[in-house]
Amino acid sequence: MPHDGHHHEHDNEGSELSPLALRVKALESLLVEKGYVDPRALDVLIDTYETKIGPRNGARVVARAWTDPTFADWLTRDATAAIASLGYTGRQGEHMVALFNTPDTHNMIVCTLCSCYPWPVLGLPPVWYKSMPYRSRAVVEPREVLKEFGVTMPDEREVRVWDSTAEVRYLVIPERPTGTEGWSEDELAELVTRNAMIGTGVVTAPA
Amino acid sequence: MNGPHDMGGFTGFGAVLHEDDEPVWHDGWEPRAFALVLAMGMTGSWNIDEARHARERLPALQYWRSSYYEMRHYALILQMIELGLVTAMEEEKGRMAVPAKPVKRVAKAEMIPAILASGGPASRPSNRRQGFSIGDKIRTRTINPEGHTRLPRYARGKPGEIITVHGTHVFPDSNAHGHGEDPQWLYTVRFTAKDLWGKDTRDAVCIDLWEPYLEATS
Repeated sequence: MPHDGHHHEHDNEGSELSPLALRVKALESLLVEKGYVDPRALDVLIDTYETKIGPRNGARVVARAWTDPTFADWLTRDATAAIASLGYTGRQGEHMVALFNTPDTHNMIVCTLCSCYPWPVLGLPPVWYKSMPYRSRAVVEPREVLKEFGVTMPDEREVRVWDSTAEVRYLVIPERPTGTEGWSEDELAELVTRNAMIGTGVVTAPA
Repeated sequence: MNGPHDMGGFTGFGAVLHEDDEPVWHDGWEPRAFALVLAMGMTGSWNIDEARHARERLPALQYWRSSYYEMRHYALILQMIELGLVTAMEEEKGRMAVPAKPVKRVAKAEMIPAILASGGPASRPSNRRQGFSIGDKIRTRTINPEGHTRLPRYARGKPGEIITVHGTHVFPDSNAHGHGEDPQWLYTVRFTAKDLWGKDTRDAVCIDLWEPYLEATS
């Protein structure tokens, strides 16, 4: 259920909130009262990850890589700088590595120890990425996990799973689908899904 | 520590349930809890490794049954109480009872874009000698530290190959315990599914590991 993200301190709906929601609300009041947080800063943080930073950023990186070989080469050598050139920098993307899928290798990202994820290019991680099933299974049975996403990998293709244990953050560059020759960067970006940039999906062109 | 966070290789957690067109938040408290964690992090009262270690120190069953934002909320409370930023009673009541402790910074709304855009790089200069190079065969150490480590259990005592050298980065095992950043060489190590899991496939897992986790093999 999406939410508008605004405060509720002046309404009388407290009794309808879950115990956890009440505790979060109480903690916010306390931390504001103690002067540790600026409530307006909370609104800016929420708005940033709700409306400004999300997987469309990553899709632009992928589409540029597909259409501009010089950019793709830069992405291979120094993904942090190449991605920064499109304006995507900062928290949880300080040390970026781009992983190019090929006919021989399919890349897939996980963080088994927490939920590390490349925020500047993909936004906040989806629930499944942070879930215990994904974190536990991606490293040991990636092919079975991929099947649950509707992706079947041929045996002869290596599935290479990247466990994000350090501050290096990974972005999968999926293979460009056939039938998209001559497409513009904008049109290509529209095709690129979040899951394809995590490696639990592939990009397909509309039939 | 061999905590509940070290999930790689577990079975029994079921299928990966994914949602099409998933919204950013699933309940109204989630963005508030998320923003509180970030904003308190910006006070400079702890580093990222201490924050991760706080989550790992939650009771195992609480960790496993909590959603991501719930877990972070509990870990935030744990850290603030340990540091005396709030008391347990204040947290319970949601009202201030003792004066605030000074913090290094209070992030104002207008500071947020710049703070997020600059982030917090983990690379640090170091005079340490680089012990391994691309192509080197290594074995991970068999360790079971009581404190924080980023060497997952499933990758301990395993043979692998260095495929990337990332330079010297803050060492979480030290930084999570107030022992300083102690920058160490960071590598990406490739392990075959055969060596990790005894599986006869061509698959592999690549893991970012600091030099103290590794030993040379002949």
